[in-house]
Amino acid sequence: MFNSTNPMTRHAEILNDVVIKFAGDSGEGMQLTGSQFTNNTALLGIDLATFPDFPAEIRAPQGTLPGVSGYQLRFSSDMVFTPGEECDVLVAMNAAALKVNLKSLKKGGKIIANTDGFDSKNLRLANFPEGVNPLDDGSLGNYEVIRMDITKMTREALKEISLGTKEKDRAKNMFVLGFLYWMYNRDMASTVQFLKDKFGKKPEIFESNMKALQAGYNYGDTTETFTTTYKVEKAKMHPGVYRSIMGNQALAYGLIAASQKSGLPLFLGSYPITPASDILHELSRYKSFGVRTFQAEDEIAGITAAIGAAYGGSLAVTTTSGPGLALKAESMGLAVMLEIPLLIVDVQRGGPSTGLPTKTEQSDLLQAYYGRNGECPMPVIAASTPSDCFDAVYEAARISVQHMTPVIFLSDGYIANGAEPWRFPNANDLQEITVNFKAGLNPDEEKFLPYLRDEKLARPWAIPGTPGLEHRIGGLEKQNVTGNVNYEPENHQLMVKLRQEKVDRIADHIPEQKLDSGPTKGKVLVLGWGSTYGAIKSAVAELKEEGHAISHAHIRYLRPFPANLGAILRNFEQVLVPEINNGQLIRLIRDLYLVDAKGYHKIMGIPITKTELVAELRRYL
Amino acid sequence: MSNTTVNPLPLTAKDFATDQEVRWCPGCGDYSILAQVQKVMPTLGIPRENIVIISGIGCSSRFPYYMNTYGMHSIHGRATAIASGLKATRPELSVWIVTGDGDGLSIGGNHTIHLLRRNFDVNIMLFNNQIYGLTKGQYSPTSEEKKVTKSTPFGSIDHPFNPAALALGADATFVARSMDRDPKHLQEMLIRSHAHKGASFLEIYQNCNIFNDGAFEIFTEKSSKQDETVFLEHGKPLIFGAQKNKGLRLDGFKPVAVEFGKEFSADDLWVHDENDFHKASILSRMFDNPREAEHLPRPFGVFYESFRSCYEDEMAMQIGEAIEQKGKGDLNKLLRGNETWTIA
Repeated sequence: MFNSTNPMTRHAEILNDVVIKFAGDSGEGMQLTGSQFTNNTALLGIDLATFPDFPAEIRAPQGTLPGVSGYQLRFSSDMVFTPGEECDVLVAMNAAALKVNLKSLKKGGKIIANTDGFDSKNLRLANFPEGVNPLDDGSLGNYEVIRMDITKMTREALKEISLGTKEKDRAKNMFVLGFLYWMYNRDMASTVQFLKDKFGKKPEIFESNMKALQAGYNYGDTTETFTTTYKVEKAKMHPGVYRSIMGNQALAYGLIAASQKSGLPLFLGSYPITPASDILHELSRYKSFGVRTFQAEDEIAGITAAIGAAYGGSLAVTTTSGPGLALKAESMGLAVMLEIPLLIVDVQRGGPSTGLPTKTEQSDLLQAYYGRNGECPMPVIAASTPSDCFDAVYEAARISVQHMTPVIFLSDGYIANGAEPWRFPNANDLQEITVNFKAGLNPDEEKFLPYLRDEKLARPWAIPGTPGLEHRIGGLEKQNVTGNVNYEPENHQLMVKLRQEKVDRIADHIPEQKLDSGPTKGKVLVLGWGSTYGAIKSAVAELKEEGHAISHAHIRYLRPFPANLGAILRNFEQVLVPEINNGQLIRLIRDLYLVDAKGYHKIMGIPITKTELVAELRRYL
Repeated sequence: MSNTTVNPLPLTAKDFATDQEVRWCPGCGDYSILAQVQKVMPTLGIPRENIVIISGIGCSSRFPYYMNTYGMHSIHGRATAIASGLKATRPELSVWIVTGDGDGLSIGGNHTIHLLRRNFDVNIMLFNNQIYGLTKGQYSPTSEEKKVTKSTPFGSIDHPFNPAALALGADATFVARSMDRDPKHLQEMLIRSHAHKGASFLEIYQNCNIFNDGAFEIFTEKSSKQDETVFLEHGKPLIFGAQKNKGLRLDGFKPVAVEFGKEFSADDLWVHDENDFHKASILSRMFDNPREAEHLPRPFGVFYESFRSCYEDEMAMQIGEAIEQKGKGDLNKLLRGNETWTIA
């Protein structure tokens, strides 16, 4: 029933790479529309990357420029690593959405404009001069404008449904989605199933969404104005079974997987904060995996409750963003002193202070490294893509429990909310995480020594309830081996060095740094970490295609660095470090390896694009 | 808190002492509290390895080092939150929190009230000495107004907390008060705290003989104790006084002290009901400054006890129900999700 009725008259043009931006008022369902189109695209085996971009206000004033919510989707029959820069299609639900996004629309691109959103009130709210309507004044001559009165047509389609106008208007986004499904030759079954699952118990809402969706599709199908539809073929990806995944979701799955493979029950202590809250939401759903989620009274209670759980033998996690990481600093110091496993997940956002809660930034690396009192080293691990959150957090968990140390895990808003296809692993193929609690005193032990270390310098994990191992630990300096309170000068120096050495030795238990692409020696190495992965990979690929000698290395293990990183850096004449901050990894690199690395810093709350990075890199080639 | 598994271990107070030298100031009230806890512990029938004592920062927070159980001397104000995480994941453990008026009501006040409303089955022992001892003598959130301390040379302008009323306000299910100088009563209150299923809030008046000596003298010294205190016993009239000839009546919602004689006898008094929240609230508000002319005696004992489900039990129940309904989580199913596609 959802197939085109008269395909004969239509011509389906094959495209290779498309970028669509859905833009409207926050609350108009643009994120949902975008994610539905994304899922539909993924299921066809087309590669994709997304970039949701929404205001910090839940409902910013309607119709205004700050209230515009956007969702950018790039899909391609080639592998893609970024959500694209210029859009081919801009869906503008109102005048403000057009104004905010027009600059990122390709010359010759399509604008699907909801004409009802360009009435005098909307034009005024979007700060257009009195009497000026961009749809009418010829200013959009460089673009193909598709004018549709989406509001009116949606209301018309729903006229037999007894909902109020306000409720009916909520289905506008489905009309748009239906139209785009038609335009890109899609089957709508995935969204029909979604609507069934979401509104199955509210028949009227379900029906109104379904009708609007179908009406949008039919509008494209039956209106003679549109003669061309488009098709993007499957991408040539690694063979395998794929699903679509978002960063925070992958992170939650990685934690559950680590819990299952280590046999340690998962505990999350967390306080809601953008953009990390979805990890809490996601994990709270999986009680059948024995997951305990605790929405604490504040950030400090989130981490300290996790410390309590870790002390009791759980795989304990706290999730937050930059401001919360600052609040947890003292507690992280306690975890370092107690030498217990703990994961601190920081989904970074623009700072300082409240900063840009819904925008992305990589500006907590130095906070993760140094943001605590005293000499307080902790391993730092970062994810580079949405699906990489799964593998990277799994590694963070392994390191934490096997080396008896808290670990900071860095993600960011871009990764957290971005979606991509994921060739998910089979649980049996995941590396086992072996953990041994100390079961009791050994025959040759007279007294339990809580700070007696193994070859990794890890101390035993002795959990309450174990007879014979009753002991006291705390935040005061520990005497080496016994763990008793100790203020002796030599002991403190020894313990500071031991805690550092314990973290440093993790370098022997992580993979060597590999180059993502390019020759192992040469002129230019682009060194990145975190969410700049896609942009760097794409930029380097373009320059390599032009014949330049350029290489890319992307660091997951930020503390300690892989043992061979220094050697890699010395193999290149020039090292360039692009970051979405004012220069953080570059400081660490210069400090540790005395390399004259150069930085590229974009601090606008949005990702670095391939084009600007290519331009920057050319200066070094 | 309660623990139904009775294990007849032949333990004594000595078994709960550690090899660590106790480092409180000579004469500190903490010594007596430690002694009573060590005496009570062997009587509770809990295996030593199942007891965990968690403290924050402050003089009292050294406590775990002196108890041969599991223990954590954590950071300032956070013992309650750490204990919450531990109890949520290990409900079978007997978890005791040692805190003070600064640790539990100032820097950690937030965690204290939230633990109480969640009703974790743990025991809070709040050592109240109305002063900051470890930082050498600043006023605390329970110090009386006008108090001259190192940080208030012109007298404190802070209005103090009333810990029992605060705990009741946070919907604590067990609220009691005792004192360091009454070992028998303190032991009894510790046993009651342990027996209560749910969060127990026990405020212990504790003398800091260095920075706030005699703060509670009027309640603890033989010469004044009986006239200045009233010891609460469930089902018994509120009698006090050296001659046992005084009592408390309720005039509407107002507590009134009366002397037995022509008008009133013991039969006319307010009979204590631990399970009556409203009366417990009135008792908690009997917080007069004993140095003022017209004042009521200060209550000691169990103000209030009630029962509602504990957080850790509800948490375990939700997990149990989820597993019952959906079966144990299947990792492969989770990773696969609902929609997949295959690239050949």
